[in-house]
Amino acid sequence: MEPREFQFVFAGFCVAWAIVMIYALTLGLRERRLRKELDRVRKMVEKR
Amino acid sequence: MREKIMYILAAVGIGLVTWTLYKVWFVLPKEANVAAYQILYFHVPAAATAFTGFFTALALSGFYLGTGNLKYDALAAGVVEVALTFASINLITGMIWARYAWGIWWTWDARLTSMLTCWLIYAGYLILRRAIDEPTQRARLSAFLAILGCVNVAFVYKSIEWFRTQHPSPVLSIRSGGGMGPGMEAPIYWNWLAMACLGTVLVLVRMRQEEISREIDSLRRMAHAY
Repeated sequence: MEPREFQFVFAGFCVAWAIVMIYALTLGLRERRLRKELDRVRKMVEKR
Repeated sequence: MREKIMYILAAVGIGLVTWTLYKVWFVLPKEANVAAYQILYFHVPAAATAFTGFFTALALSGFYLGTGNLKYDALAAGVVEVALTFASINLITGMIWARYAWGIWWTWDARLTSMLTCWLIYAGYLILRRAIDEPTQRARLSAFLAILGCVNVAFVYKSIEWFRTQHPSPVLSIRSGGGMGPGMEAPIYWNWLAMACLGTVLVLVRMRQEEISREIDSLRRMAHAY
């Protein structure tokens, strides 16, 4: 495989997994936000 | 139980990806008739995973329309979100390959354009869900769009046979292509399985979030009822 071809193949692989990682990270952040919100609402209900 | 399934699927997915990477980089021939053909090992399985997801969303939307149970709608939304991620991988890896093989990032070829249309339809599905607050109306309209989107998915699948354009014709032997040579096709299917496992894990995480959202909503209703 010539160096230029290798660069493109490597970029393809990296981009593919970077997209999955970014999505997984987004899901993780969303879950953290939701759990914080759940705790906040639970405390609000308990106070009442 | 669900956590266990998630860990098992993630382990299987990561194991299969590692094995496929090893095969692609160290075992398979470095040169072939198609330039930079190794990208195919991500491009094709990503499309297959996305299409599997879109058809799963079609079935779930049908279940929702039949039963009116919002759980099916929530599951369909999660599946579409994950499938769209894999459709993005398909489009972007295709563009990288095109840049190397054709010297251009994009061309308005029927096969490429139909996949982009498919991506836009499902991106529209997710935007539509954000635009409608009323859950039943949101679920009904989303279900119709998911069903409509699948017609386009079938078109994209057949487009690489129907149109003789710049995009290569089918190469896999299961799609009446010429095949890729001994041992060269198997990693594509294993990578599809790996992506399906990882996609299922992401859908399960997404489902857990839907459950937390529902709990937040019910607690809020309870708080307002006092």
